[in-house]
This record gives sequence, C-alpha cells and structure tokens, in this order.
Amino acid sequence: MGSITLKQVAKRFGDTEVIPPLDLSIEDGEFVVFVGPSGCGKSTLLRLIAGLEDVSDGVIEIDGKNATDLPPAKRGLAMVFQSYALYPHMSVRKNIAFPLKMAGMDQAAIDAKVNGAAATLNLGDYIDRRPGQLSGGQRQRVAIGRAIVREPSAFLFDEPLSNLDAALRGNMRLEISELHQTLATTMVYVTHDQVEAMTMADKIVVLRAGHIEQVGSPLDLYREPANLFVAGFIGSPAMNIIAGPAAEAYGAPTIGVRPEHMELSHDEGTWRGVVGVSEHLGSDTFLRVDVEGVGTLTARAGGEFPARHGDTVGLTPDPERMHRFDANGLRIAG
Amino acid sequence: MARQVTLNRRMVNTAVAWAFGLLIFFPILWTILTSFKTEAEAISLQPSLFDFDWTMENYQEVNSRSNYPRYFMNSVIIAFGSVILGLIIAVPAAWAMAFVPSKKTRGILMWMLSTKMLPPVGVLIPIYLLFRDWGLLDSRVGLVFVLTMVNLPIIVWMLFTYFREIPGEILEAARMDGASLKSELIHVLTPMALPGIASTMLLNVILAWNEAFWTLVLTTTNAAPLTQFIASYSSPEGLFYAKLSAASTMAIAPVLILGWFSQKQLVRGLTFGAVK
Repeated sequence: MGSITLKQVAKRFGDTEVIPPLDLSIEDGEFVVFVGPSGCGKSTLLRLIAGLEDVSDGVIEIDGKNATDLPPAKRGLAMVFQSYALYPHMSVRKNIAFPLKMAGMDQAAIDAKVNGAAATLNLGDYIDRRPGQLSGGQRQRVAIGRAIVREPSAFLFDEPLSNLDAALRGNMRLEISELHQTLATTMVYVTHDQVEAMTMADKIVVLRAGHIEQVGSPLDLYREPANLFVAGFIGSPAMNIIAGPAAEAYGAPTIGVRPEHMELSHDEGTWRGVVGVSEHLGSDTFLRVDVEGVGTLTARAGGEFPARHGDTVGLTPDPERMHRFDANGLRIAG
Repeated sequence: MARQVTLNRRMVNTAVAWAFGLLIFFPILWTILTSFKTEAEAISLQPSLFDFDWTMENYQEVNSRSNYPRYFMNSVIIAFGSVILGLIIAVPAAWAMAFVPSKKTRGILMWMLSTKMLPPVGVLIPIYLLFRDWGLLDSRVGLVFVLTMVNLPIIVWMLFTYFREIPGEILEAARMDGASLKSELIHVLTPMALPGIASTMLLNVILAWNEAFWTLVLTTTNAAPLTQFIASYSSPEGLFYAKLSAASTMAIAPVLILGWFSQKQLVRGLTFGAVK
C-alpha cells in the first residue's frame, strides 16, 4: 500500500505563503511527478509529505491514516535527495544498512537485505568503498539502494538526476522507471525537467507559485493543456504562443501551436517568414522563423528539411491541433 | 618563459615565507639559546647566537628550586579540563546555531565574539570578588571554569563554522532513515565533524595553556600552572635571564611539541571555511 492524500495542505514561512491550501490524491503504485519552474514549491511539497517540514494547515494521509504530525521515520516513506546525502564516513554497505540498523534489525537480516539491494542495483563491485570514491551515477544508485532496503510504502525523489551529466541522466531515468515497474511501489518525483516528467510519469502535477495548475497523464497535458502556463511548460521545444490579429483570425485572443504541428514548405504557407536559425539533427530539423505580424516561431520537421539562415519559408498550422486560450489564459474547449 | 616566471615567483614566495617564519620564531629560538648560556653571557651587550659555552646549569638550578611536575600537571588539568568542558557546552550550541538557526543566531554569534574584545582587566574585580567569596581562589576548579568562559566564544565559532559545512540534507537523510536526535548526533554528525572537533580542541588547549592573565591573577601555589612557574623567575631577587629562559623553555616545550606534530590539524582548523 502506498496511497498519499493531501487535504487543504498549506505551508507558510512567517507571513509568506509558499503553498496555498491544496488537495491532491496519489494512488497506490502510481508514479507521480511534480514539475514546475524553480521556486514553484514542488520541493517544499515533497518535504511536507516526507515530514521534513511541518504543514501550516491541512491534513496528510498515508495509506488512509493521518500522518500530519508523524516524524519522518514513522511515515513509512524513503527519500532520495538531490545531493545524494550519503554518509561520507561510511562504506556503501554501511550506508545501505543504516536505516535497517536504526530499525533494530538483526545483522543476518541486514546482510541479506543489503546484498539483495546491491545485486539489484549492480553495486557489488564497490560495496566496501566510501561515497567519495564513487562517481555521481554510482552514488545515486547507493542512495536508491538505501531507500529500497527499507521497503517503504512510497519513494520520494527530490530532483535526483540534476547533478548528473546528460548521458547518465538518460540511463538513470530508465533505471528508475524499470525499478518502478519491478517494485510497483508508489513514487513521487520532483523535477524541473519536463522531459523527465513526460517520460517517467503516470501522472504529472504542474505547479506554479505553490498552486497546482493541472494534474493529468503526460499525454493529457500535452494534448489539452489547461492554460497558457502548462501549454508553455510541457513540450520541447516549447509551444509557440501567438496573440493579436493572427490569433483572432482563428477565433481566440491567444492561440498556441506546437512546433511539430506546423507544416513547413518552401513555396506556400499561412504564415511566411525568414529563417533566423536552423538546426539540422538528421532525425529532425528545427527552424526559428521570423514572421511579420506574428512573431518568432519555432517549427519542427521530421527528417531533413533543406533551409538555411535567410531563406524564406512558409508555415501552415494544423487547425485540428491548435490550442485556443481566452483573455485570462485559460483553455477554450473544443 | 611562463614556466620561468612561475618558478621565480615561487622562489620569491618561499623566501618571503621563510623570512616571516624565522622572524616569528626568532624570540622562541633566542629564549631556547639563552637557556643554555650562563647568566653573564645572557646579559652580555654583545650576545652571540651559537658561539658560547653551552651549559645545562640553568635547567639543574630550575629543577632543584621548583617543582616542575606539579606546575606541569596543573597546566594539563586546567588546559584540557577547560577545553573538554567548553566542548560539552559548545557542541550542542554550535549544532543548534548551524542547523536550526533563528533570526537572532547571527547576532548571538557576534555578541559572543565581542566578549573577546573586552579587556579581561575590565571584569577582574567582579570575578576576583566572586572567586574569593566562593572559595575558588587558587583552585584548579576555578581556573577550569574561568578559562572555559574565556575560550568558549572561540570554541563555539570554530565548531559552528565546521558544522555549517556539513550539508543539512545528510542529517535529514538520517532522520528519514529513522535516526533519533541522539543517533543522528552519535552516528552521523560527530563522526563527520571529528576532524573539526579535534582541531578545535587542539587550538584551544594551546590557547588555554598559554593563558597568562587569569592564571597569574587567580593562583598562587596550589593551582599554579606553568605561567606561574615562569613568573616566579622574574621576582624578587631581580631578573635572571638565563634561568627565566630555561623555565620558559620548559613551559613552552610541551605545547611546542604538540603543535609540531599536529600542524596539519591546526592549519585546517584555522583556515576552515576560508577556502572551499
């Protein structure tokens, strides 16, 4: 079991309200990602669930039981920190064994569990080394190992991959997703990287200034962003947001068109503009096009599209996949 | 070319560092050399550095006249006692300031430091009267107490600087792992801070060992440490430089040896937080 329910949970530091009262429900076994820009309160929300911060108002239930006033260790949760937070004076083995030792488990059982976790995470070769002798990826694995031996009802991850380089980040992302499939335990994951959110989550919670902007599956958020903020945040490269007469022509004060939902042509197009920057990746071509009266748009073509700086190209948005927003920035249905 | 410039600069830096080092060490060297001279040579107007008749008579005289082991033991008890007591008070204080700071933490730290700027003579009369009334004059307990108070601000500051370098997330991880406050302090914080605690202890033992004002004012015989031992050679028959130097050398030798073998720890303790 590993369901987590937040009821009107709020957090204030002095007079500053960082999390206004919010409700959220996380089902057992779900992989939930909190995503948002820096300072949106996503880490604070995770720390409230962990018990590392006290809530100012509201109730946190874990597995249906009120856990609001329980200390962190009594909540049955395990956390993986951004800085790994390994104990530098202990070997990998002792790091992983620490929570079991604190729980008063006997040595034979501790050894069995530590060896099991080390095998799962391929830590066997450096089990007797200290954290200082490990690479970033290895350290992160140790931190995950320390979390899984406790067999928690849910894992909390606080930006666990942000200290790793891009290639390693990709690998660890897959490893964490595989771990989730193997353990089938609830995972709550905080990141500012929307690619991590899109690739790993069953459910994404988009946060801004402590408010929940939208909750949904990655594709729901991609296909039907509730407002301009979510529209601009989810998707890479970001959605083109167009206001003014060019948008009004489509019956809305503001419209959004994703780069991949525009047809590129040398000869014709609804909007015609001059290529500023072109990026040719082989698999895709990205163009930054200055369109008079519309603005600078990003367009994406699958495969190679021959266009260089200074060329004139035409862009035709797919009206079926266009997003319309009202004057308040909220999605217009239909 | 660039290598030549770097080499030249390094040589100049080394020469300047050696010159400063010798300048600072010279009074100690002079004291040690004087302790091996006769009284006549010690006050000679044309003193020689090494070219004199080396003699051990000052040491023999000092040993026969004074009970060095008693002074030495008093110094050990007072220096270590005050630092251990100081650490017992300062570790929790520095932990609280480093990991659960309040708005006033900075102010409290500055206030503690400001007490070091007060001339000790300013509080001499009240402390002397308190010691007299409580029967603490010329007692080791009294000196331990007063030197603890004297060095406490430095101990707290050093530990605070050291603890602040320990990432709070590690202590939070321990809390998530089920560690109680006691386990967190014993299994995580203390082992991680051990080098810092050791260098704090070392430096403050040296400071307490060398402390002269309170040890001279508040003791006469029973609790007299090595500072009294030195001072006893500057009275009443006049100054005997060679014997005074022998007494000084015997007083500073333990701390000099301690400092020599723990240079690394001391430098680390003194520069901690200055460089990442």
